Amino acid sequence: MRARSIRGMGALATATALTAVASACSAPGEGDSAATATSAVVGIAYEPETLSPLLGFGKDGNSKIFDGLLTHDADLELKPALAVALPKVTDGGRTYTYELRRGVKFSDGHPFTAEDVVFTYETILDEKTNNASKGELDAVRSVEAKGDDTVVFRLKYPYAPFAERTVLPIAPEHIAGGQDANTGSFGTKPVGTGPYKLAQWSKGEQLVLEANSGYWGGAPKIKRFTMAIIRDDDVRATRLRSGDLDGAILPPNLAKAFKGSGQKTYAAESFDHRTVTLPTGNRVTGNTAVRRALDIAVDRKAMVDGILEGAGKKAYGPVPTDSEWFTEGTERAYDPKKARKILDAAGWKPGKDGIRVKDGVRASFPLWYVSGDKLRQDHALAYASDAKKIGVEAKVQAGTWEVIEPRMPKDAVLAGGGSPADPDFDQYPLLRSDLAGDGFNNMGWYDNATVDRALEAGRESGDPAERKAAYDTVQRELVKNPGYTFLTHIDHLYVVDDRFGELSTQVEPHDHGLAAGPWWNVEDWRP
Amino acid sequence: MARLAGRRALFAVPVLGIVTFGVFAIAAASPFDPVKAYAGTAGLSASQETLDQLRANLGADEPLVTRWWNWLAAAVRGDLGDSSALRQPVADVIGERVGWSVLLAATAFLVAVLLGGLLGVLAARRPGGWTDRAVSSLAYTLEAAPPFWLGLLVIWLFALKLGLLPAGGLTDTGSTVVTVGQVARHLVLPAAVLALSQLPWFVLYVRQGVGDALQEDPVRGARARGLAERTVLLGHALRSGMLPVLTLIGSRVPELITGALLVETVFSWPGIAAATVEAATAVDFPLLAALTVLATIAVLVGNLLADLLYGLADPRVGFDG
Repeated sequence: MRARSIRGMGALATATALTAVASACSAPGEGDSAATATSAVVGIAYEPETLSPLLGFGKDGNSKIFDGLLTHDADLELKPALAVALPKVTDGGRTYTYELRRGVKFSDGHPFTAEDVVFTYETILDEKTNNASKGELDAVRSVEAKGDDTVVFRLKYPYAPFAERTVLPIAPEHIAGGQDANTGSFGTKPVGTGPYKLAQWSKGEQLVLEANSGYWGGAPKIKRFTMAIIRDDDVRATRLRSGDLDGAILPPNLAKAFKGSGQKTYAAESFDHRTVTLPTGNRVTGNTAVRRALDIAVDRKAMVDGILEGAGKKAYGPVPTDSEWFTEGTERAYDPKKARKILDAAGWKPGKDGIRVKDGVRASFPLWYVSGDKLRQDHALAYASDAKKIGVEAKVQAGTWEVIEPRMPKDAVLAGGGSPADPDFDQYPLLRSDLAGDGFNNMGWYDNATVDRALEAGRESGDPAERKAAYDTVQRELVKNPGYTFLTHIDHLYVVDDRFGELSTQVEPHDHGLAAGPWWNVEDWRP
Repeated sequence: MARLAGRRALFAVPVLGIVTFGVFAIAAASPFDPVKAYAGTAGLSASQETLDQLRANLGADEPLVTRWWNWLAAAVRGDLGDSSALRQPVADVIGERVGWSVLLAATAFLVAVLLGGLLGVLAARRPGGWTDRAVSSLAYTLEAAPPFWLGLLVIWLFALKLGLLPAGGLTDTGSTVVTVGQVARHLVLPAAVLALSQLPWFVLYVRQGVGDALQEDPVRGARARGLAERTVLLGHALRSGMLPVLTLIGSRVPELITGALLVETVFSWPGIAAATVEAATAVDFPLLAALTVLATIAVLVGNLLADLLYGLADPRVGFDG
């Protein structure tokens, strides 16, 4: 409650502040660009609990202080980092062999070897290590060093996207090995092989990175990169306006105010989707006719324009429409008339209050969203209003995950997720029938044998064409029998000072870590 | 004096025991799940097996009383346990942060007491005069203003509009060395806001206390003896008028702590407040319990201090009462 009122007051104060500044002074901090071109300060909303890769920090790659065996380029293609090349895959997709880069040193001068790789993976997989993402390495049976420069992973089953998992940062055994992986000081004083070293971490205030002059990839031009931790959106916007920050992540309504003021706005496209789960355990949402009707009755364009202020895309499945994995022709047009026809034909007849009824079942179901998340709330309300127009009632309710989770088998939830690296990462946990109700996997209890088979084929085959065909099948099945109503893929907005030149962004996942945003490649900036 | 302090210290032991147990009980009864909180977003895609493993590792499946007793036994031996929310030993969390919170709170408190005393005396000198009316209305206005709102207001005015002072943080953003000068500059706004939020209480108490004292016989006697107004005001009236303020000092400590919590958030001040919020919502028992003990001790010490000062200021009260 307090947070909400702070936010409200903040909006008011910022609005006042913005109008005052717009009329009064020019942007401060302009004159000293020569002095500060080698350093950058950005405002971020979330602070990591730990900087230890053993506990999950930087698991999706690009952690600045660390390197993985592989990393992503701007287009999210894999490229070698601590390995000299992409892995050799043998044994029908069950064995991955990496040749390691020679002469790489950790920032404390200690040489990096294959043992560090083995140590990192084995520690994460150790059941005593509290790493909540360890399930992502489920496929690993063993990891083994062959000499100093070769690492061999053996998998339990053929797993095509495994190489994507090896962007995971490598921790030094000589430091992290002597400590408790869960609470040791390595989590706050990390040492890695990456382009930056941690200069200072003042928790709750800022995280300062300093260029690693001995970086194997060449010393970065930006010598000092500071991430100021500012949770409140309005305070972040205010400090960006005051010249204290060079860049920040902002919600659409606040980013709008920065147009043409010495700053550039970057909209990072993402795999971050908002979707409504339609659990099979509910007699209404489990009905295929209702699912199909809802799928074409929602006005996705109105959501993108109205809720996201244009910063996003219509979503028809977990794969965004502009991804190479998207199946052309599976877009669904907004067509409430056809939706009504589908329901009529299936025997859902309008009742006295306009809500349809079939065999005594009212076309009504609860729709939950996490309280406090404005974006999800707006999506849920828009969804309910669209559903109402075809005679289906979604009763929108807010709650914490603790309240929502036990209800997931029967109640609909406004969920979010998305991982761009490989279609398997999203779709397998989201749609696979035997993962229904397993933690937060398959929240809609989706059960479709054709999809299950396609998902298996997609993860096991190493052949891109076969994989594409498998995920095409999944997306076509989602048209025939949607277990979720996918609504939007949202863009993440960043405002950055002009003096750093033209920057780029990567396609971003659902949760944006420290290294997302235009500073994903700050080590390559050439201001 | 030593006896009073000793008795209070003995009394503090059961109080701390009860308070920590209360914290554990309330946290256990809350709908928050420590495992979910620990896993964060990763928990949304974690399998049940991973979550169960975490639950066992974190000891979250043990009964309330066991958890409390284990914590207490370890704490008595000096081991405060590990914070699950921040992934480091509780002692480290507190060690890193508590100094900055104490600096902020102590500065604000000092300013509030001194400025409050000054304004209160000024106001009490001529009740109903323009100074009195101005000071009193200011006090009532400030009393109604929430600290975070004041915070945003001063950021807007001093950091944004006038560009005089930094808008947040402990040092200049991007600087890694903590220098006295920088901290002092960054301390001004948050300490001022926190002081302003405490100010009205002191102003109004001093105004009332001194105002009443000015009507009392000793003061009238002093005036009749022809002593200077200054001596009367400071030597006689202020001394007896300050007594209620001393009690107030003890009772303001909890308010100071909650006020600091909001101020630290607005100014990205790296104190203990953010950790407190995190500990509470993440059901981080060891951290929460340690912070509660700290806060309880602060309140108990505040009260003890008030009583001791009371005894010093007015020998009639004594230390045994």
